[in-house]
Amino acid sequence: MSVLIDKFDVFAGGFWLTLQICVLAAVGALILGAVLAVLRISPVPPLRAVGTGYVNVFRNMPLTVVMFFAAFGLPALGSNADFLRIPVLDSLFSRLGTDLPYFRFALVALVLYTAAFVCEALRSGVNAVPAGQAEAARSLGLTFGQNLRYVVLPQSWKASIVPLGSVIIAMIKNSALVGFFGVVGDLSQTADQLTSAEGYAFVPVAIGISIGYLIMTVPLGALLDRIEKRQAVAR
Amino acid sequence: MTTGEPLIVLDSVNKWFGPLHVLDDVSLSVGRGEVVVVIGPSGSGKSTLCRAINRLEPISSGTITFDGQPLPAEGKALAKLRSEVGMVFQSFNLFAHKTILENVTLGPVKVRKEKPAAARERGLALLDRVGIANQADKFPAQLSGGQQQRVAIARALAMQPKAMLFDEPTSALDPEMVGEVLDVMTSLASEGMTMVVVTHEMGFARHAANRVIFMADGQLVEDAPPAEFFANPRSERARDFLSKILTH
Repeated sequence: MSVLIDKFDVFAGGFWLTLQICVLAAVGALILGAVLAVLRISPVPPLRAVGTGYVNVFRNMPLTVVMFFAAFGLPALGSNADFLRIPVLDSLFSRLGTDLPYFRFALVALVLYTAAFVCEALRSGVNAVPAGQAEAARSLGLTFGQNLRYVVLPQSWKASIVPLGSVIIAMIKNSALVGFFGVVGDLSQTADQLTSAEGYAFVPVAIGISIGYLIMTVPLGALLDRIEKRQAVAR
Repeated sequence: MTTGEPLIVLDSVNKWFGPLHVLDDVSLSVGRGEVVVVIGPSGSGKSTLCRAINRLEPISSGTITFDGQPLPAEGKALAKLRSEVGMVFQSFNLFAHKTILENVTLGPVKVRKEKPAAARERGLALLDRVGIANQADKFPAQLSGGQQQRVAIARALAMQPKAMLFDEPTSALDPEMVGEVLDVMTSLASEGMTMVVVTHEMGFARHAANRVIFMADGQLVEDAPPAEFFANPRSERARDFLSKILTH
């Protein structure tokens, strides 16, 4: 077990990189997922079709395949995902700005994949609001956007927040895949590095990276439990 | 009572839910200031008729005109039309996360862009009118059904609508609360508001309506002044309906 102490800096570095990719992917997926959810409940049929089509594709495709498309498809199209080199943000998250594009590719894949689930979590919250609420808003003359903003969304987020949390926890665990698509130094690739290249025993290393993931997911789960309890009281 | 061109005109309106013909070639016109009560057995299409007038329920064929304009398709123009037609639902549908006063002022402030202070003042006056000004800061769930429905009427009136649609406004209420809602509706009717009321309250139909519409199986079967309709229903279907509800 001495590897946990001897190589603490390696574990810590892996944890830090995984945390970075998860924070960025979560923010991206929440934004894209919210846009998709609005499309899926919009009164305009072509917009609904776009939202539904997106969810059908990305929710039903294995994340590994999405990662393959990002890591090999984007370069084939001549893109290094340079649109993610966002000023200020790339100084905060240094991997965004590196010339090696794999961090950005992995981020693209995680966001595209997770957004489909975020969309459905948000939509389940919207569906939990009784239809009469939106009908009353429409009959007052509120537009679709006003209806969402003042009537539906303020009531739907409560029902969305727990499924949304589950989606983000799943995403954190899914991020373990990025090491296999060229991202060097995240938590799971750290395990590979320590065991195959440096010859450490597998089990202690696996325990180390497990602790790393649990530090991210367990507090998030506990937070969700608390929110759920508070909702039960409010009801 | 009726002046000028009619406010609401339905011409050969048809509506299907799948194979179900819920509105079968319905034509109807409602004059300004007129109170039309729609009665009929459940499933006869009367709620659909009411909801079609502000296009909460799109129709399959035919035309509906409101104040001289055909109903627009979904979008800004339809939102504007809806703001001119008040609607009161069976299940009240007050905004659960907003206070009573906020329920009444949301439309005026967001749709009509009125100043919040002015909307608030008028909202309080309307709440006072329907007898619940002292509940202004409560939430809908804290009020009785009858009180909630009176708030819903005040919310619709806050938009200063040209007409009011009532979709079975008293059907979800305890019997002892029906009267307080009907009182508000009766006073509105006597002030000259144009109203289309789907209801099972025959007493209201008798004393407040200018015309009674009887619907069955999606068709408009009778259209007569209440005294005439209740004394001498012309159709077998209406006689049958009245005999069932009036003998108890």
